[in-house]
Amino acid sequence: MTAAQRTPLYQAHLDAGAKMVDFAGWDMPIHYGSQLKEHEVVRSDAGMFDVSHMTVIDISGADAKRWLQQLIANDVAKLGFVGKALYSGMLNEQGGVVDDLIVYLAEDGYRMVVNAGTTAKDLAWMDAHLDGFDVTLRPRRDLAMLAVQGPNAIDKVCAVKPDWAESIRALQVFQGLPFGEWFVARTGYTGEDGLEIMIPAGEAAEFFRELQQAGVAPIGLGARDTLRLEAGMNLYGHDMDEQVSPLEAGMGWTLAMKDSRDFIGRAALQAQKEAGVAMRQVGLVLEGRGVLREGQKVVVEGMGEGIITSGTFSPTLKHSIAIARVPAATGEHAQVDLRGTLTTVRVVKMPFVRNGKKVFE
Amino acid sequence: MSHIPTELKYVSSHEWLRLEADGSVTVGITEHAQELLGDVVFVELPKAGAVLAADEQAGVVESVKAASDVYSPIAGEVLEVNAELEGAPELANSAPYAEGWFFRIRPANVADLDALMSADAYAAEIGA
Repeated sequence: MTAAQRTPLYQAHLDAGAKMVDFAGWDMPIHYGSQLKEHEVVRSDAGMFDVSHMTVIDISGADAKRWLQQLIANDVAKLGFVGKALYSGMLNEQGGVVDDLIVYLAEDGYRMVVNAGTTAKDLAWMDAHLDGFDVTLRPRRDLAMLAVQGPNAIDKVCAVKPDWAESIRALQVFQGLPFGEWFVARTGYTGEDGLEIMIPAGEAAEFFRELQQAGVAPIGLGARDTLRLEAGMNLYGHDMDEQVSPLEAGMGWTLAMKDSRDFIGRAALQAQKEAGVAMRQVGLVLEGRGVLREGQKVVVEGMGEGIITSGTFSPTLKHSIAIARVPAATGEHAQVDLRGTLTTVRVVKMPFVRNGKKVFE
Repeated sequence: MSHIPTELKYVSSHEWLRLEADGSVTVGITEHAQELLGDVVFVELPKAGAVLAADEQAGVVESVKAASDVYSPIAGEVLEVNAELEGAPELANSAPYAEGWFFRIRPANVADLDALMSADAYAAEIGA
């Protein structure tokens, strides 16, 4: 067992009173006192998450576009200008999800951000698919990454970086901009407005302290999970993995299949579509007491069973919500085996919460 | 470092017990337990009048992280439950030895308390 890795913000977390836990081999803050309060701060004001454990990979070379077009299921041809971002799955030949990622169009190629726990596997997968392409991969271990999220997030970042404020305010959603070695993008994983900021590692701790002084609260992985779940966003290794088709994990919108582009997994997805997709991803709502949890069985009368892939107590809604994979024809209700008791839940379309407000019917 | 009041008794499933002047026993979860659980969002308490065996499940505490059973460390009849806790489960986090108590029991045999852990023994148990 090797020691857990530390991000450039490790000491800053300790100074802020973080409780640290091992997450995918990294020593990361789970909370700084109360996960519920941190959740609330992001919905009502501004919070920041150290996401330096995720991996930035710069992709260059004459064949970068052609290579990405066969590597991932969404189409980088959609990226019309430098800084534009695209969410995609990277699939295996069976159509299972190797990872989910964001890719940006850069000046001299592309920049990709992949999950921490899948980094080694992703890089091996990419290396194995480089033959015949003029492509160079450069993992950027020299960058830290901070997500600043919440209704006041952009204002507070602009207060710390006044010279950049005008350019940052002009960013559209899912669009980023380099500032020297820094990169600022209007993306996130909370369902709130905000930015994800890549920072040279040596400058990260100072920026973190400046944001704290500007009233941005540090937020741990605990609240990151409840925020993304309210926003109806998938978590790799829970809501989908190599055994799960994106068609059954709410990722159909990320599959660019209108033209004949041949990407890894396409043939399998085509076959699944022709055969009929058996399961689909839905949201579950439990308005009574109790908390839906990952792994709990979902029973749909006359149709069979499904499973909860992520569940929690929603701090915004004050009741439990879950992401589940259920039989495709599931109607408005299902039952969950809640610690031995079959309990009726509502089946809803996600997200649950956007910009601080309940959005499902 | 967890607070472990010396006047209470403890069990390894992280409940505390306090012998009251009237011979009843108040039960709650320890500070260490609430730290492990994280923010508590629901509690399920036993019914007043329920007769519980030692180590019988008496309720459930659900946090943002996990669901965890609460046990009655000794046999007896439930006299009263903390109704305030059901409406404000965060009391289990903020005041685990005071307003965050779970239920009060009339012990079948008050001497059962003697067999339970002291504060020192519990501190050793959790490595505090």
